[in-house]
Amino acid sequence: MEQRNPTLRSVAWLWFGIAVAVLVVAFRQAIFLTPRDAAQGDVGRIFYYHVPIAMWSLLFPYLNFAASLAYLYWRRRDPLKALTADAFALASAEVAVVYASITLITGSVWGRAAWGIWWAWDARLTSMLLLWLLYVSYLMLRRFSSTGQSHTLAAVLSVFAAVDVPIVYMSIRWWRTQHPAPVFGGGPNSGMDKSMLPAFFWNLAGWAIWGIFILLFRFALERKRQLADQEAALQAIEASLEIPQ
Amino acid sequence: MNYLRHVLDHLRKDLRLEWRSRDSINGMLFFALLVVVVFGLAFDPTSYPTTTRQISGGILWVALLFASMTALNQSWARELRNQVLEAQRMAPSPASALFLGKAIANMLFVLVVEAVLAPIFIVFFNLHVLGNVWLLALILPLGTWALVVNGTFFAALGLRARNRELLLPLLLLPISLPALLAMVQATTGVLTADLDSIQIATWVKQLAGYDIIFTTICILFFETVLNAE
Repeated sequence: MEQRNPTLRSVAWLWFGIAVAVLVVAFRQAIFLTPRDAAQGDVGRIFYYHVPIAMWSLLFPYLNFAASLAYLYWRRRDPLKALTADAFALASAEVAVVYASITLITGSVWGRAAWGIWWAWDARLTSMLLLWLLYVSYLMLRRFSSTGQSHTLAAVLSVFAAVDVPIVYMSIRWWRTQHPAPVFGGGPNSGMDKSMLPAFFWNLAGWAIWGIFILLFRFALERKRQLADQEAALQAIEASLEIPQ
Repeated sequence: MNYLRHVLDHLRKDLRLEWRSRDSINGMLFFALLVVVVFGLAFDPTSYPTTTRQISGGILWVALLFASMTALNQSWARELRNQVLEAQRMAPSPASALFLGKAIANMLFVLVVEAVLAPIFIVFFNLHVLGNVWLLALILPLGTWALVVNGTFFAALGLRARNRELLLPLLLLPISLPALLAMVQATTGVLTADLDSIQIATWVKQLAGYDIIFTTICILFFETVLNAE
């Protein structure tokens, strides 16, 4: 078994501490310091959680795609590196699902307050839901396949999902839209008031640090599992080679 | 040319197998008919012609989607018997030829089902189409290919998994949703004549683009999936 690395542990604790500290500052900014939204009142404060998490939830599928491509490339050339890439793909898919779920739930809560309905079949809600469905199906495949075969199949499915995402985005955008226009680069009236910026950026940073933390934590966990599997396989082979007394 | 001959050989083999048993087509046909009957019972299609027109596009595709899913697993399960699949893996012909042959065969089976189902559908739902019916002759094959090409691929992908019958819909449906959106919208647009020809053309183009993109990556990745450990 791999020995525990004390430096790595203290770095992980430090990173965790930073994540919590930044999130606390961000919470104070978003809830207490930023003035109340003129049009929406206090309900608008969910914006500081919904939008940063939604932005990061779009990043993790790319990581999953990149790791899956790396897995497919190394599969025959360097199986040990390929396993590392596979663990990273799994971790990023799980974090993507968690972030996308939080986006859907916070958006739904806001929709209930602002629109009066929990859900609308609007372009961006639907494409987010489809993104969530795609990565849940990826995790389902990993659970369902019997041991040993799932890596390659999951990597192929990840490529399919990554190709599907832009198609989903374009086709649904063309279909209908009701969601507020993008805050950045969404037309002449986009952008936000200066008073909102600190809360927004603290949350953006905080959720990025937190996301990286749980991603790496999950990655380390999956690596440990893989190494334990290898060890068990090795011991089984060694046991079978021993000469019976 | 050589590649084409391999594809045709695989296609001929699949068609002959189906001709001898006729399991897939009969199963699909009866299944689709049952779905149509269930929806007919759930609401009264003959009394509300406008509502019927608005939703029958969706019902038609749901029936076809679930019916084709029953056949897709069968089409690979056939190859597992007597280690035929292992022989296919060792054969010198390209793996994607096997895939294309099977996908085209499945496509033909589903098209037969559609040809039989369409008149039944019109009779049972008392459907009076307001748009240009001949457009459906373009939309149906494009939509069917979108379902069948990914369906054949994912059926092969889930072949060695536990519960492969359950896995196929879980993988196929999320990936197919943009195609389903396009085909349902285009079909409903034709049935109700609510969409003008430019809008329908956009949906058809999207469907065609989806078909081309996914056919390409299915062909590219089939060998990886077939030889996965």
